[in-house]
Amino acid sequence: MNGIHDALAPAGPQALALFHLWNAMLVVCTVVFALTMAALAIALWRAPRATERASADLDAQPRKEAALRRSVVWGIAGSSVLLLVLLFASFYADRALSALPLADAVHIDLVGHRFWWEAHYEPHDPEQTFATANELHVPVGRPVLIRLRADDVIHSFWVPSLSGKKDLIPGRESTIAVRADRVGTYRGQCAEFCGYQHAQMALVVVAETPERYERWRSLQREPAHAPSDAQQARGRELVEQTSCAMCHAIVGTRAGGRRAPDLTHVAGRGWLGAGAVANTPKLRAEWIANAQKFKPGVDMPPIDVAADDLAAISAYLGSLE
Amino acid sequence: MSSRFLELERARLLAVVAVVAAATGACQRETRDFLPPKPGAVVAGAASAAASQAEIANAAAMVGRYEHNAYGTSAGKRLWTWYNCSGCHGAGGGGGSGPALIDDVWIYGGDAGTVYQTIAYGRPNGMPAFGSRIPKDQIWQLAAYVRSMAGLASADAAPNRDDAFLTRTPESFLDPQKPETVKPSAAGGRPQ
Repeated sequence: MNGIHDALAPAGPQALALFHLWNAMLVVCTVVFALTMAALAIALWRAPRATERASADLDAQPRKEAALRRSVVWGIAGSSVLLLVLLFASFYADRALSALPLADAVHIDLVGHRFWWEAHYEPHDPEQTFATANELHVPVGRPVLIRLRADDVIHSFWVPSLSGKKDLIPGRESTIAVRADRVGTYRGQCAEFCGYQHAQMALVVVAETPERYERWRSLQREPAHAPSDAQQARGRELVEQTSCAMCHAIVGTRAGGRRAPDLTHVAGRGWLGAGAVANTPKLRAEWIANAQKFKPGVDMPPIDVAADDLAAISAYLGSLE
Repeated sequence: MSSRFLELERARLLAVVAVVAAATGACQRETRDFLPPKPGAVVAGAASAAASQAEIANAAAMVGRYEHNAYGTSAGKRLWTWYNCSGCHGAGGGGGSGPALIDDVWIYGGDAGTVYQTIAYGRPNGMPAFGSRIPKDQIWQLAAYVRSMAGLASADAAPNRDDAFLTRTPESFLDPQKPETVKPSAAGGRPQ
C-alpha cells in the first residue's frame, strides 16, 4: 500500500494526543465492561433459585433496603467519576489538537476535487509557490498549516497517522495544522463520501528530513525537464497539441490546463489518479489510454491514440522527475 | 370458514405483491456509460478539414443519446466551463464576443449534427476547431448541453441546478424552441 494508514501508529503530536485519548477510553470502557459483567454474574449466582416443586416466592425473601441503596449510590458515584475522567481526557486531547506552535510553518493550499487533491505550496509567495497533486512532502519537525477548500462537494482531509479529520466545504475555508515527527510515508484518504470514486481518493504524505524536503522543494519549483530523446520530444509535442493540454499543466511547456493534476514533476510521484494505480511505465501508459478501466467515473477521458504515440506520451511523462 | 379465511388472506397477499411490483417496476436506473464507444478521442492529424457524412450521422446519434441522459448533459455543463466556452459565449450562454446560445437563432443550424460539426471543425467567423483538442465523446456531451441551453434536450435529462447563482431559467425548465437558421446579414454584425 501507499504508506501507513493507521490511527494507532501516531507520527505527530496531534495523532499522539488522539492515540492517548483512545487508550484512555479503551482502558476505562474495558474496566467498566468487566465490572458490569462480574456484577451480572454475581447477581445470577446469588439469585433465589426455584426448587423443583414450587417457584421461588420473592415476597418471602427478606429485602435489604440499605444494601440496595448502597449499591445504587456506589454505581452512580463510580459512573460519574469515570465519565468525568473521560470528559477531561477528551477536553485535553481537543486542546492538544490546536496547541501546535505555528512559527516557521510550511503553508499549503489543498483543494479537494472529485476525485483528487490539488496542492499549492506557499500560495502567498509568488517566488516560492508551486503546484502538485495527490502527494504532499513535509519536513519532519516543522508545522504544516494546510488551508482546505473544496471545488465541488464536501470532502474530508484525513491522514490518521498525523491528525484527525477536517472537512473541506465548498465556499468555506478551513485550516488544519499538522506536524510529522517521524520520517515515513503516511496515507490519507477522503473521509466524506463525495461520489462514485470516493474510495479511490487517496492522499500520500511523505515526511522527510529537512534537507531532503528542501531538495524536493527546489526541484518542484523548477520547470519541467526538456525531452532528452526523440521519443520524449514527440511525447511532449503530443501532450501540447492534443487533449492532454486542455486540462493538465506542465510548467515550461505550452500545456497550461488548470482542471486536472499538474504534471510538471509527475514522474516523482508514486501513484497516479489519487492512489488508483502505481506510477510504473506499463500502468502509466494503460492509465493514459483508458483511466476509466481503473477508476470508472474519473474525469480523465479515454485517449484513443496509436500505440507508438501512447508510448511517446508515457515516456515523456515518465521523464518528468 | 377457515378455508374462506385462508382464501381471503391469499388474495390480500397477492394484492400486496401486485402493488409492490407495480410500484417498483418503474424503478430503472438511468445508465451511465463510463467507456464511450470508439473512437473515443481524436489526436493530432486525425482531424481533417471537413467532417464525413458518416461521422456527422454518428455524432448526431450520440448527441441525441446524451440529450436523454442526465449524466451526459451535466458532464457537458461541466466541460462548458472547463474548456472556457463561456469565455466567448457568456457564462450563461447569453453571448459575448461569440453569439448567444440560449436564443432560437442559429447561424449554422441547431440540429445535433451541425452543433457537433461547429464545435469539432470550427466556423469561419472566429469559432475555433476543437476536434483535435477535445475527445469526441466530450464534444458529444458538450453539443447535448449546448442544445439543452436552448430547451432542445429532454427536460428529464437537462441540468436543473447550478453550483453558483443561476442567472437564468434552468435548462430543464425551458420550453422547446423552434430553431431558426439565420445567416449573418451582409450589412455586418450578428443577426437580430
